[in-house]
Amino acid sequence: MLSKRIIPCLDVRNGKLTKGIKFEGNVDIGDPVETARRYYEEGADEIVFYDITASHEGRGIMLKVVESVASQIFIPFSVGGGISTVADMRDVLLAGAEKISVNSAAVKTPHIISEGAAAFGSQCIVVGMDVLRVPKSEAIPSGYEIVIHGGRKHMGIDALWWAKEVERLGAGELCINSIDADGTKDGYELTLTRLIADNVRIPIIASGGAGNPQHMVDAVTKGRASAALIASIVHYGEYTVTDLKNHMAEKGVKVRRIW
Amino acid sequence: MLAILDYKAGNLTSVKRALDYLSIPCTITADAHAIADCQGLIFPGVGAAGSAMANLHQSGLRDVMAREIAAGKPLLGICLGCQILLEYSPENDTKTLGLIPGRCDIFTPDLTEEDGAPINIPHMGWNTVNTKKPCPLFNGISPESEFYFVHSYYPNPAPEFVIATTYYGREFCSVHGRDGLWSAQFHPEKSGRPGLKMLSNFYDYCREAANAQ
Repeated sequence: MLSKRIIPCLDVRNGKLTKGIKFEGNVDIGDPVETARRYYEEGADEIVFYDITASHEGRGIMLKVVESVASQIFIPFSVGGGISTVADMRDVLLAGAEKISVNSAAVKTPHIISEGAAAFGSQCIVVGMDVLRVPKSEAIPSGYEIVIHGGRKHMGIDALWWAKEVERLGAGELCINSIDADGTKDGYELTLTRLIADNVRIPIIASGGAGNPQHMVDAVTKGRASAALIASIVHYGEYTVTDLKNHMAEKGVKVRRIW
Repeated sequence: MLAILDYKAGNLTSVKRALDYLSIPCTITADAHAIADCQGLIFPGVGAAGSAMANLHQSGLRDVMAREIAAGKPLLGICLGCQILLEYSPENDTKTLGLIPGRCDIFTPDLTEEDGAPINIPHMGWNTVNTKKPCPLFNGISPESEFYFVHSYYPNPAPEFVIATTYYGREFCSVHGRDGLWSAQFHPEKSGRPGLKMLSNFYDYCREAANAQ
């Protein structure tokens, strides 16, 4: 049986690990390669790097980070942020990443998903969705809407419809990030996670809201996610990845215990 | 020295990075002379069976591999490499290398996980590997270790070639082969320390085999 995965997410800006709350302001909190290596040693099953650098120079710095990580860490990792063409994807994969994550580019130009899947295989393509809870309406029957720019821009797209569409276009995995839950530490948005997980056949990564180890258990049981994304819960030393996995194992969740 | 066989099948550099980290000398090559000079071969692969076989034909690597294996050179197949060492793959309806008896099959959507949930396809993530017969690749690796899988097709070799199995909706063969000709469906180069240990076990075997000749 597959183990449920714990995936630390590192936001990287100009080659430095950074953390922002609800996408408002960022502070540098360390070196991404060192931090990734620590999580690898603690038993992380995968790592996500999210490049929030806007500049062209920053892209080159990010590829250097990817190369450095790939020569020291022998678990899969994905890179997202600012990837909008097949050429961008190729650069990141050749630098040593296993997967590419696309988010707003997928919303704006959905064909990037099928192009990426055709060029590199579906297993390489993770689609990230930022989702906001809204009143149910004709346009948004699920009550969950796709947003971009950290929730500042509503796209008028129903999240459940989009999840199925993204699967149809060839995505290999979906990362469901709840803007409502993000930064709250109150737990993942389980209703949303479960709704999507029950309606697609590709793996779901729950994202946003992790505050204690039980939240991860809930994400993969009640939420039916295959994996849980974590950030501040481990970035500030509150818990180690090992602590989280031990708790999950105690609660009967199959997690990888030897690394 | 190990040769990572270069047949334009996906990203070969992740295997090289893992071997570099282990200080195992290696080269990515399709050159018959360079391959002949190596103590062992690694046959990786990401992508589809049809295009992989076409590339193996065009590059002449198919004949080189057959010759080296007949001469007793050790080979480790990984992922797609593991599948196309068999005789047939339904992916692109492809006649494959036939160096190990058997074929590939595909995970079907009706399968369910042990907890009753329908399986996701591809099989992607960490899973355990149950060894059915002793194999030097597993020297010093705890039986509880997990390995990283990404695949929609699985190898289904003749029973006497099954070395280890994994459960995902059904039991399937995750390592197959015979002495010195082994293949893993998972990615040892992405499987943390147990995977790295497997690569170094393979290199140790290659060196001993070369010294014995």
